[in-house]
Order: sequence, then C-alpha cells, then structure tokens
Amino acid sequence: MTQPRTLFQKIWDSHLVDTQDDGTCLIYIDRHLTHEVTSPQAFEGLRKTGRKVRAPEKTLAVPDHNVPTKDRHLPIEDDIAQLQLDTLEKNVREFGIPYYPMDDIRQGIVHIVGPEQGFTLPGMTIVCGDSHTATHGAFGSIAMGIGTSEVEHVLATQTLLQAVPKTMRITVNGKLQPGVESKDLVLAIIGQIGTAGGTGYVIEYAGEAIRDLSMEGRMTVCNMTIEGGARAGLIAPDEKTYDYIKGRPMAPKAGAYEQAVEYWKTLPSDEGAVYDTEVVVDATKIEPYVTWGTSPEEVGPVSGSVPDPADFAAQGKEAKIQRSLEYMGLTAGTKITDIPIDRAFVGSCTNGRIEDMRAAAAVAKGRKVADRVSAMIVPGSGLVKEQAEQEGLDKIFIEAGFEWREAGCSMCLAMNADRLETGEHCASTSNRNFEGRQGRGGRTHLMSPAMAVAAAIAGHIVDIRDLD
Amino acid sequence: MEKFTQLRGVAAPLDMVNVDTDLIIPKQHLKTIERTGLGKYLLDELRYNEDGSEKEDFVLNQPAYRDAKILVAGDNFGCGSSREHAPWAIDDFGIRCVISTSFADIFFNNCFKNGILPIVVSPEDLEKLMDDAGRGSNAVLTVDLEAQEITGPDGGTISFDVDQFRKHCLINGLDDIGLTMEKENKITDFEAKRAQSQPWL
Ligand code: SF4
Repeated sequence: MTQPRTLFQKIWDSHLVDTQDDGTCLIYIDRHLTHEVTSPQAFEGLRKTGRKVRAPEKTLAVPDHNVPTKDRHLPIEDDIAQLQLDTLEKNVREFGIPYYPMDDIRQGIVHIVGPEQGFTLPGMTIVCGDSHTATHGAFGSIAMGIGTSEVEHVLATQTLLQAVPKTMRITVNGKLQPGVESKDLVLAIIGQIGTAGGTGYVIEYAGEAIRDLSMEGRMTVCNMTIEGGARAGLIAPDEKTYDYIKGRPMAPKAGAYEQAVEYWKTLPSDEGAVYDTEVVVDATKIEPYVTWGTSPEEVGPVSGSVPDPADFAAQGKEAKIQRSLEYMGLTAGTKITDIPIDRAFVGSCTNGRIEDMRAAAAVAKGRKVADRVSAMIVPGSGLVKEQAEQEGLDKIFIEAGFEWREAGCSMCLAMNADRLETGEHCASTSNRNFEGRQGRGGRTHLMSPAMAVAAAIAGHIVDIRDLD
Repeated sequence: MEKFTQLRGVAAPLDMVNVDTDLIIPKQHLKTIERTGLGKYLLDELRYNEDGSEKEDFVLNQPAYRDAKILVAGDNFGCGSSREHAPWAIDDFGIRCVISTSFADIFFNNCFKNGILPIVVSPEDLEKLMDDAGRGSNAVLTVDLEAQEITGPDGGTISFDVDQFRKHCLINGLDDIGLTMEKENKITDFEAKRAQSQPWL
C-alpha cells in the first residue's frame, strides 16, 4: 500500500514538473490571477526579454486595488492610479489575457472573482501577485501569494520554483457559538499561533467547525492564513464545495463536471497522513474577536480589555505592544467595548461576499448609524453588488445611513480615495490592522461584518451577542 | 540580476519586531509601474513627518547610516503583503542584505529574486549584531556569501545557513526564468499528460 498522503501532498505531487538535486521543485500552475498593482513590472520584464505569455487563457486579469468605489462615470482624479489601470489594460491586450474591465459586472476583488466565476477549482495550483491568494485554498487547492518576479516567471513558463513547505493541520473541534463567525474563528487562531506561527508552513484546516462553515466562511478563514504567516491554507473539498462550483461560468460543464467531482473526491487527506505540526482549537470557547493593536495577533475576545504591555515581557514583545497602544491611542485596562468608533468598513476579500452582505444587513435592518460614525459597505464584486440589490440589502444599508459603493479593495488598503484620517478608529472587516494600512495615522479594529455594523450603530465597539 | 558575492558596509539597526510591508513601503507608493526610484520612500512613515520633513532621530536619517548597505532588524521582518515594492525600495536605497531572526516567506523569496540576501541568525547573534550596528560609522559588517560568514567590526565571525540553489543563483546573478525555460520539454510533456488526465482544466 502507498503511504497515506495529505491533501496538500496529493496536489503538490500531481503538479511536479521537475525536482532539482537540491530538492527545489518546479511546479505547474493551473491558474493565475492578476491585478494592476503587482503586474506592470512583470509585463515590462517580458517585453524587455522578448518573452511571451505561455498560456494566456490560464491567467485572468481584473483591476481592484486602485479603482474608485463611487462616481465611476467620472474620470479618475488620481493620474497615477489611472496610469496603472491603463497599463493593465494595455498589457492584457498585448499579451492576449482574459480581462474584466472596471465597467464589467464581473469586475471585483481578484479573490472574490476567481471563485465566483468557477476559475478556482479543487485540486489546482493557483497563484496571484497578492498575499491573500490563500483565499482560494477554501476549495481544496494550493493557492499562494507571489511577488512580481514570480508573476513574470508564471507568465513566461506557467510554472514556479518552490521549496517544499512543511505541513500543519489546525483541527477546530466542536461548534461555534451563536454570534461567532468564521472571522472570529480565524482571528482566534491567529491570536493562538501568532503572525509568524505559520511561517514555512502550508496549513490544512479540519474539524467539525470547519466542515460546518459555508464556502464563504471557509474562504474567510483561508484568506487570513497569510496573517498567521503561512503562505497557503486549505480545506478538503466536500459536497458544499461541489455544489458551490456547479453551474459557474468557468466551471466544468455537464459530463466533465461529473468526471471532475470523481477526481475531487480522491483529494481529501488519507487516514493516517502525517503533518509536521498539529494544532487543536476548541470552537466552543471562541467569542467574537476584535483586534486592539497593530498586528492581527494583537487580538482578543470582545468581552476583554486592552492588555498591559508588561504582560508581554516574557515573549520579548513589551516594546512592540507599548508602541501599538500608543499608535492606537489606547490605555491598558480599557474595556474593548468602551473603544469609540469613528468609521466602519464592511468589505474586502475577507468579508466582501454575499453572505457577509447578508450578515451585515441583518444587523443594520431598522437601525441607524451613530451620528459620530461614517460607514460604508463595499461589495467584493459587481455580481455581489447585483445580488445584494436583488435581495434589497442596499436599501437596508442606505436607510440605516451606510454608503453603498461599487466593488473594489477600497479602504482595506486605502490606495484609492477611501481612507481614514489620522486618529480615527475604524471597525473594519478587512484583514490587516498594520500602522497606516487604512490611511496614515488611522486606527483599525478588525472584526466580523455583524460586529462592524453593530459598532457603527452604537458608535463604539459592542458585543454582538448583547444586541436585542 | 546583479551578482552577490561579498558585501562590506555600514549596518543600520532597526530594533523593531514584525516590521510589515506596509511600513517598509506604504501603499501610496505602489502606484508606480517601474521597479526603480522607490528608495526615497523606504520606511516612509518612520522616516518622514507628515509635512515631508525628515524625522531626525530615525536611524536612516542619521549621517552615519545614510549610506547603510545592511539592515539588522527584529523578528518576522517583511510580514504582510506580497508587494515586491518592499525589496525594490530596500535595494534602491542601497541596502543589499537584511539580517533578522526570521522573515515572512513571500518577502524572503522576493529578496532573492532581486539580488538581496536575507540572512536568518539566532536571537543571540542578532543581539550581538544589533549591538555592532549601533556603533554609527564604525558599524561596518562584511557579509561573505561564498563562505556564509558575517564578520563584525571587532573581527568576530558568525556563520549562517543559506539554501544552496539560491546561493548559486545569487553568486552567479542567474535569472530563474532563463533556467526554467531550459526545461521547456518537461513542461510541454506535463501539459500533454494533464490534458489527458484532467480534460476539464
Ligand atoms: S481587499 Fe485588501 S487584502 Fe484583499 S486583495 Fe484587496 S487590498 Fe488585498
């Protein structure tokens, strides 16, 4: 009998083109997503060396980071952003790459668009010049963020040179409690392993709480894998995965679909497969989680308080925590629910899918955003926006005082006009609370969509479980 | 790619953990379509005040460190995004070697693709190097990739590990894409096999 293998090993083995004597692997890449920010220098590199794109149909391009989320009929005010968007368009035309321009209903954040179109499938290798490519691992694929030099490498050769990563399994036992979402789960996991905990690993998520998650919820968990330091996170495909894929525009059509499902069913890790590291998490103990610092690991349950830097002395992080609290304008001992909120942002590749819009609307319905707060909802793609509008969610948001925007990365990284002012506290569903991430001097608190909406309404952080 | 064999120069201490890619190069500078010219924005928010003037006490603004070629930094350097603008900014500033106890994976990879050597050392060695780097214009280190050794201002040496393939590429200034293209036949064979076994792709 052959050795039991993990989901990761099966996919890796089936993509091996070559192994060098030193163990470095050349792996084949099935799918490549690209956007305007990390690709211009790669195309320029191809042009300079006279190289072609090996398999243009395996790449899909969509602008997302820079695009404005309102007044799309007007010219973009930022000339440099416009140049980057024009450059993408010029490059995809020249190299023959499929492309969804800004006025296409399918335009959106790359990591929302891939799954939505059926471009992302189980058992694949998927890359993108963006660290949150990990999102696509929710389908049981190896999905990794790469740098621009690697983007050029993939364009030219449809392969990547990689060292074999180590494997970690995170088993989440039990069920999540009411009011606790996939976002809380992944924040709790990062709190437990730390932002460097996954460095050098690919993480497989398993256990009852993971199986119970919807595809959207699984994408949220895999998306933030990179915040735990791992390049890829994956979840074995199951009936939910197959159902989600069925009928999507780029998914296998009838006949081929059944054949594909048969193959996908062989992917889950074998009984007895060995991981380099095992982590176990108890889902029943997880509360809604909120970050209070400037790293995703600086996080805690909403019922808690801002910690004392001295508590981190043993880990050698006292100075870092001190700096975080100064930047965040917080003092040790302050209850998390006493932190005031000036802005709220629901969106990003972490929480910009239809399920997130529904969760946000369920809390917003019949309520009003606090006077001190300015809040916006940014759907992850044009299709998410359309679906939400068909369900009447946009009306709920607008009535409650939220702005309802066009699809894009928006205030997740504030490359466009959507950004925080110095000192503002933002309840955000995005994935990074680094200094300056959402605007210079801005203070980000990461949380779930329901929690972000509840905070916008109360004007301070609240425990969603206390809402009547 | 520029070759990396031996590097001798001033090492600047950046005694912070989790220096993320947003700190190394904030997003307002990602709108470029070029690889060059980002050095002036390296560590932007630590280096400049909001009005654009320099923060005098920041290490890279001090006369002794303005021409630093090496950076010594705390744990988990380069965490966050995949932006290659981070190593481009480091390289454009003139820094070709970063030393820390640990690096985020994508950043680590990106360094090698740009002729920058990231070196992982033990916490004890980092402490010593941080100390060495604190000596202003006397903070001169020599990094010898061939020998896998760092020599401090007092002549003491620290040896380090490096992946042999990456070392080979750095020393010879080899371009990955060119190397992979030599395996064109293998890629074509692979594609043909997959078209058979997984025709839905
Ligand atoms: S939404 Fe944020 S994290 Fe996601 S791709 Fe866009 S900028 Fe990156």
